[in-house]
Amino acid sequence: MNVLKDFPMLNRDLIYFDNGATTFKPQCVIDAITDYYSNYTANAHRGDYDISLQVDVAYEATRDKIQEFINAKHREEIVFTSGTTDSLNMIVNGFFEHILDPGDEVIISDSEHASNVLPWFRLANKKGIVIKYVSLDDNFHVTVDAIKRVITPKTKVISLAEITNVVGDVRPIKDICEFAHKNNIFVVCDGAQSVPHKKCDVQDSDVDFLTFSAHKMCGPTGVGVLYGKIELLENLDPVKMGGGMNESFDNEKAIFLKELPMRLEAGTPNIAGVIGFGAAIDYLNNIGMDNILVKETNLKKYLVEKLSTLSHVDIINEECDSGIVAFNIDGIFPQDVAIYLNKYNVCVRAGNHCAKILKKAVGVKNTVRVSLYFYNNKDEIDSFVELLKDRDKIMKEMI
Amino acid sequence: MDENLKREVILDNYTNPSNRMRVEDEKYIYVNSNNSSCIDNIDLWVLIEDGFIKDLKFDGEACAISTSSTSIMTKELVGKSTKEAREFIENFYNMIEEREYDKETLNEALVYDTIYKQANRKTCATLPYKGVLDAIEKYEHGTH
Repeated sequence: MNVLKDFPMLNRDLIYFDNGATTFKPQCVIDAITDYYSNYTANAHRGDYDISLQVDVAYEATRDKIQEFINAKHREEIVFTSGTTDSLNMIVNGFFEHILDPGDEVIISDSEHASNVLPWFRLANKKGIVIKYVSLDDNFHVTVDAIKRVITPKTKVISLAEITNVVGDVRPIKDICEFAHKNNIFVVCDGAQSVPHKKCDVQDSDVDFLTFSAHKMCGPTGVGVLYGKIELLENLDPVKMGGGMNESFDNEKAIFLKELPMRLEAGTPNIAGVIGFGAAIDYLNNIGMDNILVKETNLKKYLVEKLSTLSHVDIINEECDSGIVAFNIDGIFPQDVAIYLNKYNVCVRAGNHCAKILKKAVGVKNTVRVSLYFYNNKDEIDSFVELLKDRDKIMKEMI
Repeated sequence: MDENLKREVILDNYTNPSNRMRVEDEKYIYVNSNNSSCIDNIDLWVLIEDGFIKDLKFDGEACAISTSSTSIMTKELVGKSTKEAREFIENFYNMIEEREYDKETLNEALVYDTIYKQANRKTCATLPYKGVLDAIEKYEHGTH
């Protein structure tokens, strides 16, 4: 897999290990965006002239590509949003707010990202729903058994990331859905860290809602997807009202909205972003999602093997299958490690990674996080581990 | 100050900080100081009596710059009146922000005189001072 030539950012003197935050963009994505801005800028779904039609075709083509990419049954099930955060807020505020009653229970976990926690917290304060936490096992995994232990007849929703951004554990979403649906429980899946890294099939997993962001999968920032089963999306109230989503309106009693998915895409969408997203999907398909998963799994194994030889490195999540490695260096604050690495043009993230309630489960508040993508390689890992070999050197050079 | 000496002072205050302990005494004013841009998080306990800072303790999770700066600050500010403390802090900020400042009075805190070269660490160095200013204000407004 020789992809270095495809990414302008990979031809700089950088080791980029912060792919959980965002990913680099291949030239074809940049070109698709530039092409829209240079050659056929127009609004979507509006004009009666050629370039506007051309925009429609390109914008809607991305919807078809996404439908195929996650194997959705209907193209109307793909709604473009500004990203995972936007999608999750729409699901909670536009759907569940209207169907949950006080006392109804929603299950999340301690390792969820803030965007799969705070919308639920707000709903708890607003409507009196109850948030419950599935317990994590010793390797921070969520099992179906653990879910069985926490559900009650009041449980209405299970909302989990398929892969968490801190410890990178992979959740058995298909098994969770199978169990949940037998008990009339909805499953919301935050796919921000999984859809970019492994094959996704919403019909096979039978998940009710799925959310993900383009920029974590070689696409542009500011675009994401809300997938929902069509019969659920039909009942999702638009959180945003405005242009592009209404059929007609005369007065407050006579508002007619468009069909799905337009109804949920108020205002001028991020057209350039959606077009760029389409190019990113083409690019990933070309490499093959199965190849991407294999490459990342191998890289992660290699990194863990190498890091394990350093006695001052404490790996938090050795047992997790994704390309995320969280660790700490004995007696050195994670941010200082990140600052030291930055001096050698190595980009990693230090902190709590937006999972502020994780501490109670893992016992560590902050970590250094490496998050790999398919364009990383073993040479980079070798250089990285070499930089961490000498603890005294880190101490000396971190300030 | 020589760069190696600066590093030594910072590391010494990071690995063996002075006045690092939690306080459970209601006479102390408690403040928390954190940065929205990073993950430093420091708790401070400040004892102010008759307009003088009598004691200063801290605890928390923070980087080498924040931790060492807090350690140095606790040593410098204890014994000063709130007015003198404010002057010290203002002088410290002047140094950090590359304005004119008085080198003579900053003592160990001078080790951060080139921290402006790493813009993202300026807030680490000033973090504890922000907390003490909050505590002084609480004292002066009698809200403690």
